[in-house]
Amino acid sequence: MRYSGFRVIKEALTGHRGWGPAWRDADPKPEYDYVIIGGGGHGLATAYYLAKEYKQSRIAVLEKGWIGGGNVGRNTTIVRSNYLLDGNEPFYEFSLKLWETLEQDLNYNTMMSQRGIINLMHSDAQRDAYIRRGNAMILNGADAQLLDQKQVLEKYPFLNVNNARFPVMGGLLQARAGTARHDAVAWGYARAADQRGVDIIQNCEVTGFRIEGGKIRGVETSRGYIGAKKVGSCVAGSSSKVMAYAGMRLPIESHVLQAFVSEGLKPVLPGVITFGAGHFYCSQSDKGGLVFGGNIDGYNTYAQRGNLPMVEDVMEEAIAMFPMLGRARLLRSWGGIMDMSMDGTPIIDKTHIDGLYFNGGWCYGGFKATPASGFVYAHLLATDTPHHTATAFRLDRFHTGHMVDEKGMGNQPNLH
Amino acid sequence: MIINHPLLGPRDSSEFVYLGDACLLNRPDWQADDALEQFIEYGHIRDNPAGLHRELWYHEQGDRSWLVVTRNTVTHEITSVELARDVALAEGRST
Ligand SMILES: Cc1cc2nc3c(=O)[nH]c(=O)nc-3n(C[C@H](O)[C@H](O)[C@H](O)COP(=O)(O)OP(=O)(O)OC[C@H]3O[C@@H](n4cnc5c(N)ncnc54)[C@H](O)[C@@H]3O)c2cc1C
Repeated sequence: MRYSGFRVIKEALTGHRGWGPAWRDADPKPEYDYVIIGGGGHGLATAYYLAKEYKQSRIAVLEKGWIGGGNVGRNTTIVRSNYLLDGNEPFYEFSLKLWETLEQDLNYNTMMSQRGIINLMHSDAQRDAYIRRGNAMILNGADAQLLDQKQVLEKYPFLNVNNARFPVMGGLLQARAGTARHDAVAWGYARAADQRGVDIIQNCEVTGFRIEGGKIRGVETSRGYIGAKKVGSCVAGSSSKVMAYAGMRLPIESHVLQAFVSEGLKPVLPGVITFGAGHFYCSQSDKGGLVFGGNIDGYNTYAQRGNLPMVEDVMEEAIAMFPMLGRARLLRSWGGIMDMSMDGTPIIDKTHIDGLYFNGGWCYGGFKATPASGFVYAHLLATDTPHHTATAFRLDRFHTGHMVDEKGMGNQPNLH
Repeated sequence: MIINHPLLGPRDSSEFVYLGDACLLNRPDWQADDALEQFIEYGHIRDNPAGLHRELWYHEQGDRSWLVVTRNTVTHEITSVELARDVALAEGRST
């Protein structure tokens, strides 16, 4: 069924009896050409683009819980392409371009809203860094604009720009950035993939690989053995766990990132805004809640919940930026498990096992990458060559020294 | 999380800085034949287990000692806290 305005009106007049399920609840078949492990945004997008762009068939997505229950349904939904390094920026800009046409492509309302992101700057050095970053973005076909304090105040008049320690001197604006409805992204990809014949198999946990003579044969799952010509892992925070079934150890640590939502407020934030003197980002959802977050807690964990010190830290940053928030009540907080790589950059590559591929190391920035990650991973799976925007995301870069360290932090995952 | 410091007693984890897997205590021998391979592993590759994890915490806001904390990464329960120095000495290291 195609969704459209006409359809909504028709269903409204006929008691909404015509809406079917958006995707089939498929049972596993004995064998597939492609098995994608992980029904998050990236896994579903990979399956979709495999079917649509690369004309492949016999594809399954295996999800241990329900689709969208992982990070794709837990993030703060910021979509942007304001990266500096050559290895990253073309990829994230490719992703943002896919976002811009995603709703038409999927025939699904992902509530993509290009409301702009402003990264505030608080020192001369930071202004220099942002100018450099803005230039790198423009060179890669993205948009960037440097704002002075007055221009920032026009959009956010209530900002505390005269903070003695961290005055707001201006900001770097990417007007095409914004937010999207995270669950809708998972559901939209699931529905569109399903329509192209992809089997989405929920409550199906991968518990092992069958590997013979250095070649993948299939996967062991909680719903039995499933044969596969090619297997792509796409499990975000569970990457080390799943790849360990193939005897691999990864340049990744799992950490928790928390997110927060305030009670619903009248429209106050026109776009996404980030505090440049710490790590804090905030936007307002269409329901009115302020959605915000900060740093990862900083220790290895697989518990999808964080601790109080980071809660306090995030609130302090919020109040430093917007003193008016002091009276808003916090409604909810939660956490998701981040696959923090050693250089802060993802990995999308083959492994040493023939037919086994790996996608992970997204740190806390993989939501914006969802369309491109799926696209380039599908490219890799279908053609065995990297997509031209993703040649830097190699698994062996830690051996060859070609790290892509956007923040220049070194091999310490909790600093990225 | 509360870390039960062997010398100072229970302290809030926010007084500490986290480094990572306690395997970082065992720096490879730079003269070994496969030193390059060992250092790549040491610097980048981790077990990252779901379950018990031995890890290094530094008491930056306290006595500045390095601790080896054994913690469950699924429940956050801490089952043992040792001075990193004692751990290294027990493993036969001289310093
Ligand atoms: C609080 C928070 C805020 C964030 N904010 C942003 C943001 O503003 N902007 C941004 O770009 N990114 C953000 N991110 C990061 C982003 O959400 C992730 O990088 C991205 O969603 C990861 O890809 P995914 O959607 O495929 O992951 P997931 O949705 O986690 O998908 C992985 C799936 O694999 C499944 N799985 C695991 N093990 C197995 C197994 N053995 N067998 C089968 N299935 C398995 C899991 O159940 C899960 O559904 C944020 C993350 C969090 C937690």
